[in-house]
Amino acid sequence: MSALSPSVAGLRAAFGDAIGRALVACGDTVVVLDRARVHDVLRWLRDEPGQGFDYLVDITAVEYRDPERPLEVVWNLRALARRADLRLKVELDPAGPLEVPTCTDLWKGADWLEREVWDMFGIRFAGHPDLRRILMWETYAEGHPLRKDFPLRGHFSRAEQVRQALGTSMEGHYALPSDLDVEEYA
Amino acid sequence: MELNDAPGGAEVAAVSPSFVTTRLDFLANWARANSLWPMPFGTACCAIEFMATAASRFDLARFGMERMSFSPRQADVLICAGRLPFKLAPVIRRIYDQMPQPKWVISMGACASSGGIFDNYAMVQGIDTVVPVDVYVPGCPPRPEGLMYGIMLLQKKIRGESLADAALRTERGVGPDGLYLPPPVIDELSEPFGNSVHQTRSA
Repeated sequence: MSALSPSVAGLRAAFGDAIGRALVACGDTVVVLDRARVHDVLRWLRDEPGQGFDYLVDITAVEYRDPERPLEVVWNLRALARRADLRLKVELDPAGPLEVPTCTDLWKGADWLEREVWDMFGIRFAGHPDLRRILMWETYAEGHPLRKDFPLRGHFSRAEQVRQALGTSMEGHYALPSDLDVEEYA
Repeated sequence: MELNDAPGGAEVAAVSPSFVTTRLDFLANWARANSLWPMPFGTACCAIEFMATAASRFDLARFGMERMSFSPRQADVLICAGRLPFKLAPVIRRIYDQMPQPKWVISMGACASSGGIFDNYAMVQGIDTVVPVDVYVPGCPPRPEGLMYGIMLLQKKIRGESLADAALRTERGVGPDGLYLPPPVIDELSEPFGNSVHQTRSA
């Protein structure tokens, strides 16, 4: 097994108590962070010379079957030039507010990743410019499907699900933001 | 007449009428059954088998179906090849509504017919809860031979239709409640069966 990533020591030096435990899982370094400092840590890892984690691979979340364990939001980073990976986690109390800061200002690609986490887990990303559902349609009313308290077949009866799927207009499922500027996205 | 010039042609011409009599039903059904234009609605691996069916080895053109109609307005038979999520339910319903009569629907594969292994929150449990279905083709996915057998069953069904029977062409649109079937029927059609009754451990 490979050793802990050298970035962990740098993180501890720069952020002190905001960096929790760090461990190696299957050769990858996992660092648990304080929720309040997530954005600072991500910016530091991206911009600090010698770190250079310039590629956001994925944002996802985990809920464990054990109800005692907290929800985790996971960021997978990669430094393309150094060929190094780092995985960051923030633990959230399921009873508390499920909210972490957005990193869409650091990586534009975080937009849809964060929308997917919101859609599937109901974790909000504070400061996200357009936090709508992305996999389920926007008027979906049954909740967040990947949460453990979500029944496999959904909350509603099949007839109600078909009714809701057929009853609403397709155009209503996918509202575009009214200020969508094609030039800006081009 | 050139028939008379052939050897024995005069005898043949003497006994052959220059017209045929048939029933209008037979003629219309013959024409319809042998020129079905499919509207492919492929969402999953069944669509791969459907493509194989249309390609040269199995050659769907033998049944008058070589002309895929990617516009529903020129299509006769909607072939739903693959699983249908609830997100696509209004899409297939609109495609079906846009198809002109006469029209038929083939539900290809386990997922389209019953939801298959996907007995979960996202999947329609059989497209017959969304549009009326004429032929169900089992399989996961069905082999091209299976799909062709289903198509031939549909042709057989078409040959048995009657132009006088208006009920065949009666549209059952989506009602004001957003459904075309009563809710208890949809619930019954969607009930878990087979292996999917054991899938609720995490529920």
